[in-house]
Amino acid sequence: MNDTICAIATSQGVGAIAIIRISGEEAVEIVNKIFKGKDLTKVNSHTINYGHVVDKSGNIIDEVLVSVMLSPRTFTAENTVEINTHGGIAPTNKVLELLLTNGCRLAEPGEFTKRAFLNGRIDLLEAEAVMDMINAKTNAQRELAVNQISGKVSNLINSLRDDMVQIISNINVNIDYPEYDDVDIITNDILVPKITNLKERITKILKESRNGRIIKDGIKTSIIGRPNVGKSSLLNALLEEDKAIVTDIAGTTRDIVEGQININGILLNMIDTAGIRETDDIIEAMGVEKSIKMMNESDLVLFVLNNNEELTDDIKTLLSEVKDKTYIIIINKNDLPRKLNLNEIDVDNSNIINISIKNNQGIEELKQKIIALFNISQIEGSDPTYLSNTRSISILENCLESIIAVEEGVKNNQPIDMIELDIKDIWEKLGTINGTTYEEELLDEMFSRFCLGK
Amino acid sequence: MKDIIVVGGGHAGCEAAHACAVKGHDTLLITSNLKNIADMPCNPHIGGSAKGIVVREIDALGGVMGKVADKTHLQIKMLNSAKGPAVQSLRAQGDKITYPREMLSVLNSLEHLEIKEAMVEDLIVDSGKVKGVILEDGTKIEAKSVILTTGTYLKADILVGNTRTRKGPHGEKPSNHLSDKLKEYGFNIIRLKTGTPQRLDKNTIDFSKTKLEPGDNVFHTFSFDLEPCYKIEEQEPCYLTYTTERTHQIIRDNLNKSSMYGALDDIKGIGPRYCPSIEDKVVRFSDKERHQLFLEPESRYYDDIYLQGFSTSMPPEVQEEMVHSLPGLENAKILKYGYAIEYDAIYPTQLNASLETKVLENLYTAGQINGTSGYEEAACQGLMAGINASLKLEGKEPLVLKRSDAYIGVLIDDLITKGIKDPYRLLTSRAEFRLLLRSDNADLRLRRKGYEVGMISKEQITKLNKKEEDINSLLEYMKNIKLKVTDEVRTSFENNNYQVPTASLSLEQLIKRPELSMEFLSNLIDIPFSEDIKEQVSINLKYEGYITKAYKEAEKMLKLEKKQIPEDIDYDRVNNIASEARQKLKEVRPTTIAQAIRISGVNPADISILSVYLKKEYGKDE
Repeated sequence: MNDTICAIATSQGVGAIAIIRISGEEAVEIVNKIFKGKDLTKVNSHTINYGHVVDKSGNIIDEVLVSVMLSPRTFTAENTVEINTHGGIAPTNKVLELLLTNGCRLAEPGEFTKRAFLNGRIDLLEAEAVMDMINAKTNAQRELAVNQISGKVSNLINSLRDDMVQIISNINVNIDYPEYDDVDIITNDILVPKITNLKERITKILKESRNGRIIKDGIKTSIIGRPNVGKSSLLNALLEEDKAIVTDIAGTTRDIVEGQININGILLNMIDTAGIRETDDIIEAMGVEKSIKMMNESDLVLFVLNNNEELTDDIKTLLSEVKDKTYIIIINKNDLPRKLNLNEIDVDNSNIINISIKNNQGIEELKQKIIALFNISQIEGSDPTYLSNTRSISILENCLESIIAVEEGVKNNQPIDMIELDIKDIWEKLGTINGTTYEEELLDEMFSRFCLGK
Repeated sequence: MKDIIVVGGGHAGCEAAHACAVKGHDTLLITSNLKNIADMPCNPHIGGSAKGIVVREIDALGGVMGKVADKTHLQIKMLNSAKGPAVQSLRAQGDKITYPREMLSVLNSLEHLEIKEAMVEDLIVDSGKVKGVILEDGTKIEAKSVILTTGTYLKADILVGNTRTRKGPHGEKPSNHLSDKLKEYGFNIIRLKTGTPQRLDKNTIDFSKTKLEPGDNVFHTFSFDLEPCYKIEEQEPCYLTYTTERTHQIIRDNLNKSSMYGALDDIKGIGPRYCPSIEDKVVRFSDKERHQLFLEPESRYYDDIYLQGFSTSMPPEVQEEMVHSLPGLENAKILKYGYAIEYDAIYPTQLNASLETKVLENLYTAGQINGTSGYEEAACQGLMAGINASLKLEGKEPLVLKRSDAYIGVLIDDLITKGIKDPYRLLTSRAEFRLLLRSDNADLRLRRKGYEVGMISKEQITKLNKKEEDINSLLEYMKNIKLKVTDEVRTSFENNNYQVPTASLSLEQLIKRPELSMEFLSNLIDIPFSEDIKEQVSINLKYEGYITKAYKEAEKMLKLEKKQIPEDIDYDRVNNIASEARQKLKEVRPTTIAQAIRISGVNPADISILSVYLKKEYGKDE
């Protein structure tokens, strides 16, 4: 069966305490071998026990508190022990080493969560959320993950499915028991409002989920503009205030530190910061085509223009492309005389901001604009109960396609049993979001709700 | 020494014995009572939703049920005829006298079949292999294979009110020792129950207070080989009536007298969810003012009327009161009281897909002994067990139908993969590919397979080939021929409130319009093909989008179906599988990844882990 695994659960480094987590059949026995204090195999479950970790020769390694939690009421649903050590790197590693020599295996990344999932302790959504929680960098990310762990999102999906299974089972009863006249016959008139309602709810979840993705993954942002227009300075100006927060992420790569800007807890992920810095000449270096590609990959385009310069043909082409994106036109060098003819640009005036990076004017206004564009303040304040990972969102988008197929079937007057195939398809897809699609569910529903039989 | 012994002469036994004998094997059918061959102890109909399609599938594979039903029924109709083609299914009212008589004459005509009246109480078993049967009197009969189709007769108990009597339907003697012996050999035996309602004297019923339920006024046959052999106007009607508030009151007042509600406290059997007793219905659906009841004739040759929907285990005096509270039945004479029956069955995950048991080699089981209910479910298993026992004797691979091939495939896969909680009944909703498993195309799906295993003749296959050719020609014809919008055509469209085509459209384009039928088009332009060909082409074109989607889904599953799991896999060596999943995998021992996915309690994560293990341990053979 499952072997016993261990790992340092707190982040590596110097802290006040460190926690080592051990999970598996023999967790208690193994820890007991290196523990001096009460006999851990005899203590009650869910207790904290004071004592010392000692090596083979009886030398004290650290003074510790040991939590003993027996299966199944633990995170992994297996026997779990957590050792609170003093946070130094050396003693913590020594305790870990002792565990490994006494029969534990070092856990792979995410293995505790995987076991929790495999043991049925959490569903797929929750498992994904735990991984998000571990990787959370902002408060909004953390809240989102908490809501998924507590099953709020699963409940939301389940309530959609519950409504659907009623329609499906009713149609199935109509098919399997056609001679029963006391069962409601599902017709298009009954079906259409239900499907419309379902569509609205899924659309709403999707909309909010896209925000959820923004919370979780940040806003992919590109800065576009001609040489010397001030892209590099803009990047620096945005980064300046938040440097402390950004560099706080220990052990992350240079790229990420450089490319992330935190605005009110929302991350802007800058695309190709190296490009901006090194060449300072994106359009000429990459050509218009590549700039368009970069814009298409972005959630947000910051388009920088020079107040003191006329529009070139390349820029006009790019501006015509940006219209379909979420964008802000930034007119820099506001301190210089205007040569730019704004009438040549067919863009939304409310998306234009005048700044002077040199004089540090308009940067705050730009940030407010970004917040407004993404409803960030609304995201922060609302209850973030939505799907945040790409897998779930794409399944939901898929469901929307099937709903359209249902609507088309209704419009074309297809028989209800044909339409039902698409409805069942949606129900099954929704089930794969949190990993619960059983045929039995449907049969149980049929026989508990309808009175049938010989 | 016989080739094959079939134990039990019900619907499973008849098909099994017929298949073995048709395939030329020396077959012995042993029944406890010759009079009960192909008996219908419960409802008098054959077919119904999903089940009617199974009867067509049995016929497509060379079985007998459809033909015997066609020759003897009292009425026949197509259910769901107003719905899509995928859910239409035939249902016939059988004749309880002529159906068994016709079946017996079919069996008697088979050169390789011998029928014997006796009671089997044990098997001859030698080192894990079955080598014959032992009769009640100790006589041993040897055979290469044995097929058990004992129905509800294993330790059968009839329950009425507070009495429990050890006997089978019709008061027949049950088999008392066979299930104990099976348990000794290592089978997991479960207890199930089912029930049957009252039979009433037709002459004492006032049908004027009920609603008439006639047969269809167009011809139908289950069989692909027979022409209709009945007269539309001579079909016997059924009737519909309802329970009253007074009926419900009587049931509530006497609930403690029902076997199922406390009068008997030793009931272990689990009853079917889809077949609740009238007590159950009144208790569980207390808000319903009335329940539907059907009055069904049992035969042209006697006067029993079957009261469908009124199954009960109340004592006789309460049943009298209950029946007399029903409109039209105020003075009805009860000829037979309703009862519940408890019986032993084997847990079906102990079977292979061929219906050979995993516990004893050369032993096959089919029908209610496998935990199913229904004549059609039993018959199709009997057919498959008969075919597969024969194929094994011939040294050939078994015929295993996939879920995308037939309802029969769905049924057997459900049984051996998911096991059962209550007696298993086929339902349309159990089939994920119901759009492919239609009543109209059973021959196109299965005849060729029947031919390959020797159940279908050359002539039958020639006929099928012709049908396929005609379908293709008509598809071409529909594509190429256009309907010109003449004045006459315009008028026809307008008269029916159909949108008039703005230009000449091909017949294919036209038939795709939901409102336009082949019949309508045939009135406007010559479509020189027979009705069944037109039906196939119409379905294929009208529902092309849905059908294509279903084929794609089926394809996906077939891919997984090809991923074999080695027989010798040791699930204890597969790390990280959830414990419930491990236990289920050890119990079912699925042969493919697709089957493993269908086991409840085995999650997608377990499947990924299993797949990785297979790849690692067995290389690309996975």
